[in-house]
Amino acid sequence: MKAEEMIRSIEAEHLKDSLPTIHVGDLVRIGVKIQEGGKERVQPYEGTVIAKRNGGISETITVRKIFQGVGVERVFLLHSPRVVSIKILRRGKVRRAKLYYLRDRIGKATRIKQRFDRALE
Amino acid sequence: MSVGILGTKLGMTQIFNQETGISIPVTVIQAGPCTVTQIKTKETDGYISVQIGYDEVKPKIINKPELGHLAKSGASPLRHLKEYHVDNPDSYELGQTVKADIFTPGQLVDVSGKSIGRGFSGYQKRHNFRRGPMSHGSKNHREPGSTGPGTTPGRVFPGKKMAGRYGGKKVTVRKLEIVQVDAERNLLLIKGAIPGKTGNLLTISPANIVGQKK
Repeated sequence: MKAEEMIRSIEAEHLKDSLPTIHVGDLVRIGVKIQEGGKERVQPYEGTVIAKRNGGISETITVRKIFQGVGVERVFLLHSPRVVSIKILRRGKVRRAKLYYLRDRIGKATRIKQRFDRALE
Repeated sequence: MSVGILGTKLGMTQIFNQETGISIPVTVIQAGPCTVTQIKTKETDGYISVQIGYDEVKPKIINKPELGHLAKSGASPLRHLKEYHVDNPDSYELGQTVKADIFTPGQLVDVSGKSIGRGFSGYQKRHNFRRGPMSHGSKNHREPGSTGPGTTPGRVFPGKKMAGRYGGKKVTVRKLEIVQVDAERNLLLIKGAIPGKTGNLLTISPANIVGQKK
C-alpha cells in the first residue's frame, strides 16, 4: 500500500458517512456540542454558508450570521464529532464560490435569492 | 534504555478524539518491521547494545560484507542498520522481529531524522535575522548588520551567525505523544510534526526525560 492510501485509510475511520450536500449560499442550522459546567448540550447555530473548503477529513464550511447587530462567522470542521447535526433550511442561488462580499453589506442587501431546483436533503 | 524502532515518514493528517471531539494533528509513520541483526556485549565489544535493521531490499543492492554480516543473524537483506544502547540485552535474540507494538498509545517518544535541506541560506531563513527596510532609499535589505568590533580584536569571533548550509542534518524532536498504534500494519500515529519530508528515514525511541532514572 502506498503512503497516500495508508493515510486515507486512517482518515476513513474518522469520517462521517452521512453528510448532507451543502452548497455555498445555503441557510443551515448546525448543532454544536458544547461543554457547560461539566454538562454537555447541543447548541444550535444558524446562518448562511459563505465558503466551503474541501479536503477530505479537514472539510470545512464558514457560516455567517448577524447576531445583535454584529456579524459573526464560524468555521465548522464538518467531520468533527462536535458537529452533531447539520440541517439545511433553505437553498440559495449565488454566482460565486465565496460570498465574502456579504461582509461589506448590511440589512436587505445581504439577502440571497432562494432556489427551488435543489432538494433540501 | 530500551530498543527503539526505525521507520519511514508517510505524511500528516488529522484525526478526532471521539470522546472530546478535539482534532489532533498527527504524523503517520511506517514503523518497522525491524529485525535484530546483532547483539553487542561487554565481553566482545566493550559495550552493550542491540542492532536492528529495517527496509527489506533485493540482495544485489547490498554489498557482500554487509550481506555476510546479515547472514549471521539469518536476516533478509536490509538497507538500514541502527544500534540502540540497552541495559539488559537478554530479552533480545538474533533474528527476532521488532514491531510497532513495542509502543503504547499515550507514551512519549523521541523522533529523529534528517531535516529538509535548504541549501545555502541567508541570514533571515537560517538565523531569523530581521531584514532592513525595502524602500525609502534603503539599500540594506537582507544584510547581516555588524559582525563585531573593529581593529581590536581585528577578527570575527568564531560562532558568528552567518549565511551557509542549512538543513539536511539530523534533528531530534523530543517528547512527542503516540496517539494510535496499528500493530497489524505497523503504523504509528504521533502527535505533531516530525523532521524531513515524506519518505524520510526516522528513528523512534522511548523519550529520554532529563532527571528520570534510566
